[in-house]
Amino acid sequence: MGKKSTLLSRVIGAPYILWAVLFIIVPIGMVAYYAFTDATGAFTFDNMLEIGKYTDTFLLSIWLGLLATVISLVIAYPLAYIIANSGENRQKIMMMLIMLPMWMNFLLRTYSWMTILEDNGFLTTTLNSVLEGAYVILDEAVKILGGGLKKPFEPIHLINTRGAVVLGMVYNFLPYMILPIYTVILKMDRSLIEAAQDLGCNKVQVFKNITIPLSLPGVVSGFTMVFVPSVSTFYISQKLGGTGTTLIGDIIETQFQTANNFHLGASLSFVLMILIFICLAVMNKFSDDDGEVII
Amino acid sequence: MANNEIIKLKNISISFDEEKIIDNMNLYIRDKEFITFLGPSGCGKTTTLRIIAGFLQPDSGEVIFDGKVINDVPPHKRQLNTIFQRYALFPHLNVYENIAFGLRLQKTSEKEIKETVTEMLSLVNLKGFERRNISSLSGGQQQRVAIARALAVKPKILLLDEPLGALDLKLRKDMQVELKNIQKRLGITFIYVTHDQEEALSMSDTIVVMNGGKIQQIGTPLDIYNEPKNAFVADFIGESNIIEGVMRADFWVEMAGNKFKCLDKGFGVDEEVDVVVRPEDVDIVKAEDGMISGKVTSITFKGVHYEIIVEIKGFKWMIQSTDYQEVGSTIGLVIEPDAIHIMKKSEYSGLYGDYSSFSEEFDELSDATVYEDDEE
Repeated sequence: MGKKSTLLSRVIGAPYILWAVLFIIVPIGMVAYYAFTDATGAFTFDNMLEIGKYTDTFLLSIWLGLLATVISLVIAYPLAYIIANSGENRQKIMMMLIMLPMWMNFLLRTYSWMTILEDNGFLTTTLNSVLEGAYVILDEAVKILGGGLKKPFEPIHLINTRGAVVLGMVYNFLPYMILPIYTVILKMDRSLIEAAQDLGCNKVQVFKNITIPLSLPGVVSGFTMVFVPSVSTFYISQKLGGTGTTLIGDIIETQFQTANNFHLGASLSFVLMILIFICLAVMNKFSDDDGEVII
Repeated sequence: MANNEIIKLKNISISFDEEKIIDNMNLYIRDKEFITFLGPSGCGKTTTLRIIAGFLQPDSGEVIFDGKVINDVPPHKRQLNTIFQRYALFPHLNVYENIAFGLRLQKTSEKEIKETVTEMLSLVNLKGFERRNISSLSGGQQQRVAIARALAVKPKILLLDEPLGALDLKLRKDMQVELKNIQKRLGITFIYVTHDQEEALSMSDTIVVMNGGKIQQIGTPLDIYNEPKNAFVADFIGESNIIEGVMRADFWVEMAGNKFKCLDKGFGVDEEVDVVVRPEDVDIVKAEDGMISGKVTSITFKGVHYEIIVEIKGFKWMIQSTDYQEVGSTIGLVIEPDAIHIMKKSEYSGLYGDYSSFSEEFDELSDATVYEDDEE
């Protein structure tokens, strides 16, 4: 591995550089261009000023994205830990089961959640009849005590709620949280765990003092890989969130698809990109600090 | 003697995948001694260490610590600490926190932790390294931090699993002396695992030579070197010529077509035996003055001495001498009675001690495999 790039390495690297320029640098440049120009192509800040109207949407997107990421983390970490510590065959099967849904189309998966969660769907009707039964019993009980429930039973809705959107995010992006955490735990030096036991750690202390701090890099990359697509999604919120839950992704999509205002759409994208970047930078900073600070 | 025992292994056996790694092992270790498990890769020495540390459960047998059976005591509750082959320092903690790790678990006060860490760092000659990151240390420095970390919790026994394997020769020699000094100063038991016979000879009070999951011999370095029990031990510790011989009477052995006076007795008349002659114990004389004579087939300069291979009646002897001998010349050998050691025949007879296939490359190759296997 010489430090000087040889002709060969430059020739081999050329397609990738070309790819990066064409499909990463140029599009970002175009987004920036549209964001700061108006329909005539003149430089303007109007698009940026207009974004103020969407502050709530931005906040909601980040809030739901954050919620989905944290829930994913809570589910993924123990799962990844258990998988990484099980036998080789079981590991293969479990990883297969986690990867399998990813082979199916993302839209299809979200669509099927629509059917599961809809008001006449199996899940909602079952849940409602159970709840109604509980309500009736409770009502009777209160009547015996000489009172009565004030409100009649109201069936719950699953579809077209924020909860459904978060569920969709968690469901779709969970594997991206599991994989990096699993990998980092799997590659952890076993002798570090033995050394910790040797010095007096019981299982819980090993987990707290060794496993968690050493798996932080996996958590950070899992966090990134779930948070970014969750914040910018539009399909999940459209299908599972109904009209009540409009995310920034939906607004951007509208600008490009129906409103035909590329300039506003681009400036929204641009700001979203910067916000995500800031979130991740903060996240990285935290994990770095945790690496230094002990217990 | 008995109340001096700190560790006792009783009928320990363990198998992995049907293969017996340790076969009915019995051993006691005295308090404050430096004991070394010595043997080639796969001999079960590291496994034995891991059983004592508690990382492995024996299939059968008892591990006794200070008179109590500790088979079911988990590693974190055993009063012994391990130095791992690759040091296993915590990469997310600095030197200070690595050494303080065990103390923090014991809820030691911050002041006491600071005192102990400072004391440990000076013990291993790393004063002023408190704030350094583990990744910024050299192999030798990491090794010292590992020692400091294990000793900080004041164990009764320190287990060392090939701790110097990854260091270069010079550093290894220095660390050998230093480890021995630390052991003497602290007065605690060291159980040391190595495949390096020189290391074992120079550091240990007691050496346990192992092969094939069995103890071959237990003794002081001098015993093991001078009075090897069988051909395996004789070959593994130092260089040896192992010649087939017959005991004609007490103090008389016949080998290489000649009768030699020796110091060994108690064998049956005409009993077949293995005779060990160390290469440095043979004197070279003129062909006609020798008890036996042969032709020099090769000579290698080794620094302190020459290594001379001499063929006598089809058997190749190795002789170490400071005098140069011409290849092809015929020389005579004189072997004094105290240079001869007689061993009973064993399963290892005839497998070792002939230098006919001897070559430098071969030696290095087999050393390299020893190393790789041990890494697992």
